[in-house]
Amino acid sequence: MSTVEAPLSSGASGPRGAESAPRGRRLRIGDPVFRTLATASGIAVAVMMFGLAAILVYKSWPAIQALGFGMLTHVAWSPSTGEYGALAALAGTALSTIVAMVIAVPLAMVIALLLVELVHPAVARVVGTGIEMLAAIPSIIFGMVGLFVIVPFIQDRFTPWVLNTPLGKIPGIEPGPQFQGGGLSIFTAGVVLAFMVLPFITAVSRDVLMMVPRVTKEAGYGMGSTTWEVMRKISLRYANSGIVGAIFIGFGRALGETMAVAYLIGSLYTDMPRSIFDPGTSIASLIAQQFSEATDKVQVSALIELGLILFAITVLFQVLAQLWLRRVRRATGGRA
Amino acid sequence: MSTFPNAAESPAEVRAGLPLKRRSMVGRKTADLTVKVLSWIGAWIGIAVMAFVIIEVVREGAAAWNIAFFTQSTPMDVTSNAGGFANAIVGTIVITGVAALIAIPIGFLGGVYLAEFGRDGHVATAIRSIANVVMGVPSIIVGVFAFAILVQPQQHYSGFAGSVALAFIMLPVMARTTEDILNLVPNELRESGLAMGAPRWKVTLGVICRAARGGLITGATLAVVRVAGETAPLLFTALSSPYWMTGLFGPGGYFGGPVANLTKTIYDFSGSPYPHWQTLAWGGALLIIVAVLGMNIVVRLLFQRGKEW
Amino acid sequence: MVGDDDMNVNVDEMTRMQSAPTVVPPRLEVAEARREASEDFDALPTEIAVRGLDFFYGKEQALFSNDIDIKKNRVTAVIGPSGCGKSTHIRTYNRIYNLYRDQRATGAIMMDGVNILGSVDLLDLRRRIGMIFQKPSPFPMTVFENVAYGLRQHYRLGKSELSMRVEDALKRSAIWDEVKHKLNEPGNALSGGQQQRLCIARAIAAEPDVVLMDEPCSAIDPVATAKIEELILELKDRYTIVLVTHNMQQAARVSDFTAFFFQGRIVEFGPTTQIFSNPREKQTEEYITGRFG
Repeated sequence: MSTVEAPLSSGASGPRGAESAPRGRRLRIGDPVFRTLATASGIAVAVMMFGLAAILVYKSWPAIQALGFGMLTHVAWSPSTGEYGALAALAGTALSTIVAMVIAVPLAMVIALLLVELVHPAVARVVGTGIEMLAAIPSIIFGMVGLFVIVPFIQDRFTPWVLNTPLGKIPGIEPGPQFQGGGLSIFTAGVVLAFMVLPFITAVSRDVLMMVPRVTKEAGYGMGSTTWEVMRKISLRYANSGIVGAIFIGFGRALGETMAVAYLIGSLYTDMPRSIFDPGTSIASLIAQQFSEATDKVQVSALIELGLILFAITVLFQVLAQLWLRRVRRATGGRA
Repeated sequence: MSTFPNAAESPAEVRAGLPLKRRSMVGRKTADLTVKVLSWIGAWIGIAVMAFVIIEVVREGAAAWNIAFFTQSTPMDVTSNAGGFANAIVGTIVITGVAALIAIPIGFLGGVYLAEFGRDGHVATAIRSIANVVMGVPSIIVGVFAFAILVQPQQHYSGFAGSVALAFIMLPVMARTTEDILNLVPNELRESGLAMGAPRWKVTLGVICRAARGGLITGATLAVVRVAGETAPLLFTALSSPYWMTGLFGPGGYFGGPVANLTKTIYDFSGSPYPHWQTLAWGGALLIIVAVLGMNIVVRLLFQRGKEW
Repeated sequence: MVGDDDMNVNVDEMTRMQSAPTVVPPRLEVAEARREASEDFDALPTEIAVRGLDFFYGKEQALFSNDIDIKKNRVTAVIGPSGCGKSTHIRTYNRIYNLYRDQRATGAIMMDGVNILGSVDLLDLRRRIGMIFQKPSPFPMTVFENVAYGLRQHYRLGKSELSMRVEDALKRSAIWDEVKHKLNEPGNALSGGQQQRLCIARAIAAEPDVVLMDEPCSAIDPVATAKIEELILELKDRYTIVLVTHNMQQAARVSDFTAFFFQGRIVEFGPTTQIFSNPREKQTEEYITGRFG
């Protein structure tokens, strides 16, 4: 008995503890200290968030005073002429993200279908891990490979090909006045972004699809449905909400991607893009590229205001995603 | 692939009274086959892209890997072929290391709070939600934040500001990962530890964490490795420098001025028009890929019971 | 994998069967049972004839040379202790086991002159054979959409005819009155017993020939169970029913023929009355009287 009690007796309550009261009292503060430290750390995480928001507002205040939120209505960002418009950047952010999602979401769906229904579980694990590795590759690598390999391909081959087909006449694809060949463009940035958000959406989709009860799927097959019919009419309805949540979150991440976009989007701050093959800019890449050049205080403050706008947008998306997932969790009574 | 040849009109259909028009099975099967083919294509695309990225980086970067790369500091002279990324490598190690020193303990304790104390309470739920939101904040905004609280008041860039930015990013990730891992430890372990009369902190640190050790190490390592590859937060905090870091203070020091780091240097050099510098950039990229993917694979293999992504 | 149409088939068996599509050679056990049967076993048309069915989970064999005749428009009960292969057996009829890579069946299962285990169109097979599972599993859609599922999938119907058939199926499943106001509510909003009757309605709406029931009442309360048993007796006029059950009394109440399974083999098969009053095999008797299992 003594061997068991010896290391623990210092904290034990009861007769033994009372006997060695001084010792016990000293070490009984161990728990409150621990608890306080832990709680403080937990709260620190939350506090940081508000600190971040507060600092952003505070530091962008000069610009807000000078410009109001005119940033949101003015197109061009041109500090040399005193113009601080975020509209071009907002458009570029939205367009590149939409291009990315249009590519990534269907791709993620079919890959998840494959992982869940079409291959041996061992193969699914390997392929799944491979795609997760994609998630680990830093943004700057995507940017570099994109710049040196994808850009020339899109410039020399892909864009001319597209523009030769009837697709080339559709508004939004037909090149605008700023067209530079399509290599460094919103489209290219979107394509690379797609593969940066793909792993996350695929992983979540796969996870929720695996949660469809086996009996229900068997019932579907038992009715004479094909694999795709079971997926479409049954599994996807089950997994619906989880997948939508993942798309929300993926969208939010794509909005804030900086480095890859900075490499690829063309860095045109002054005009609205007329086509996805036009060069443009995104809020994140604009901040990245302009910050080191910013000299006077107004410029810096304006950039911080831009950062505040991006912050607000991404937070909004995250909050919407959280609310959606929580609503779903309550409805299904479990984890979606 | 014959259907029942003797059932020209199925007895069921006859029995049902009204004639039932059959839907074409060809259409349904074609759709099914098409989707399956698309799935395979999609999977191959995903894998191909990943393989492609890695192969490209290896191809271009291997040329840069020589002794000089790992020993000499970044070149400033565009005419020579000399120079390496050594100072940048050291800088990244230092900056990331300090960030880890800050974020891992606090994040770990925060995760302990969420898993052990707060649990389902209001405070813990709020913290969890906020942590999730913070994890979605773009890393460049975190960089702006660190700029605003450190670089602007101090009027100079510093490696420390970079570490703070990276720590900020790591913190919620550490906390959530820790919480998830600790939640996997069965309650019986907690109860038996406490039942022996041990204080809470001893049970948590000694028993629970020991049981979850693999997962915790995996989580911490992956979090560190993830921020090691970040560029955006360092853009206006640590910036970069062509020199070695000279101690802690002063214009070349960790707290005193910009510190060379791998990612920013890669960014600068890859955007330059000089082939030698571009090659060096690829070399840096290769180093990052090796480190990031390598660590991912290593921790997964070593600690397979750790949390799956 | 679904859609796989090539299975290992005993070629000799198949050629022998296919030369005489509708005549099923009498087997020894059946011949013996006939002596005591109250109806002429051989005169009844056979819906499904199983010959020499073996089943494997990976390397492990689970069914050994099963032979059985499932008679048309009758209820055949499959009983036996847990793990004896009852579910495994009936899951070969609609080849639902094909979903799982390491599960394999060999032998012959003849329906309408075709070996189910051979090259058949699974979609068509499963249109003709419906299945009810142990756990009520309504699809994540409304009550109406659940019942309409099979109809929409296999047939082209106008809206009014579809509604009519859905209503008819729900009525014949003795659940219409309970759900007629809830047609647009999700299927899983119903109680367990109701869900199972919904699944039955779903299965019969598409007018299968055979309905397989794998312990349909084991997850349901006794009152609902009684309703379903009543239902089975009504349904057999229109469909052939194979019922797996671990409840012997249920088998005795509801079925016309009973097969007793033990450790993957069919120990005895015959009319229910005979099996329960006068079993030929000792094992059958021990199981019936509750001495094991």
